[in-house]
Amino acid sequence: MDSATSELPAHRTPLRDTAETGLKIVVVGGFGVGKTTLVRSVSEIRPLNTEEVMTQAGVGVDDTDGLTGKNTTTVAFDFGRISLNDRMVLYLFGAPGQERFWFLWDRLFSGTLGAVVLVDTRRMDDSWYAIDRLEHHGTPFVVAVNRFDDDARYSLDEIRQALALPAHVPMVDCDARVRASGKDVLITLVNHLHDLATAKEATP
Amino acid sequence: MTPRKPVDTGDPDRLYTVTGGRSRADESFDLVTLIVSESAPTPGMQSEHARILELCEHPVALVEIAAELGLPVTVVRILLGDLLDTGHITARHPRAAASVASLPDSALLQEVLHGLRNL
Repeated sequence: MDSATSELPAHRTPLRDTAETGLKIVVVGGFGVGKTTLVRSVSEIRPLNTEEVMTQAGVGVDDTDGLTGKNTTTVAFDFGRISLNDRMVLYLFGAPGQERFWFLWDRLFSGTLGAVVLVDTRRMDDSWYAIDRLEHHGTPFVVAVNRFDDDARYSLDEIRQALALPAHVPMVDCDARVRASGKDVLITLVNHLHDLATAKEATP
Repeated sequence: MTPRKPVDTGDPDRLYTVTGGRSRADESFDLVTLIVSESAPTPGMQSEHARILELCEHPVALVEIAAELGLPVTVVRILLGDLLDTGHITARHPRAAASVASLPDSALLQEVLHGLRNL
C-alpha cells in the first residue's frame, strides 16, 4: 500500500534541542493493509526504514550470538515522527504482523503507549494473530478499519463480531491516505489510553 | 515508497567488524532514546562513531540513527554504549515504563492528546 504522495522533506529534519521525551505507538497489520501509508500521512518526516536482527536459535531465548550467528534473520519496520510540543516527540512504527516479529516485541516495543491494529476487511484473518499477541503482551490497542476502497461491505459491528473483539476495544473507520483520518485514529487510541489511565488512577 | 536503504545484515562479517566482535548491546537504549553529541568526532575515531556524533548535533532518536547508518538496532546500541562510556554523547531516555503493560499517567497522555489535536 503506497498510494500516499509525499510532500515531506527529503532531507533530515532535526528535532528541537529541547526534545527530551520519546514516545512510541505501533501500527500493526498484515502485508499491504496500509501501515506505511498511515504512518506517512501523519508523519512530519518521510517514513524511514530500519531492521533488527535475530537468530533462529535465539527465538524466545536470550542469545549471546545475535549478530554473528549463522541463522540470523531480520525484521524490518517503518517509522515516522510527530513533534507533539517542545519536549515530546512521538514515533510511529509500522510493524508487520507475522509471527517472527512478535519475538522482537519486548526488545523493541516495551514501553509502547499503545497500538493500532490496521484492518483490511478483505483479509481479516491477518488481524487475528496481531490482536491475540497484543492481548498477550498486555498492550492496549484500538482497531482501525482502512476503507481505502470506499469499502463499506461490513459495518464496524460486523467486523467486531468477526474478530471476536471485546466491547471495550474502540473501533474506528479510516482512510489511511488522509492526514486528518490518520490523526483521528491516533486520537482515538490516546483517548482510550487516557480513559484506561484515569480509571486506573481512580482505583488505587 | 521511499527507496529502501540497504541494511547491512547480509554481511555478518562487516557487522562483526563494526562492533569489534561484540553482540551484547546495552539494553538501556530504547528505540526512542534521544541522543545528543557532547563533542566533535576525534581524529582516528571509528567511522561509525564519528558519523553518529555528526548526526546528533541536535537530538536524534536511536531508531533514526539506525536508519541513517543502515545498521541494525542492536549494532547501533553497541556503538552508542561505546560513545556514552567515553562521554561523547548524552542520552535522554523515555520516561521509565516499569513493565510492558504499565500505562503512563493520565497527565502525560493529556499532553499527547493536546499535541495530536494541534497537528
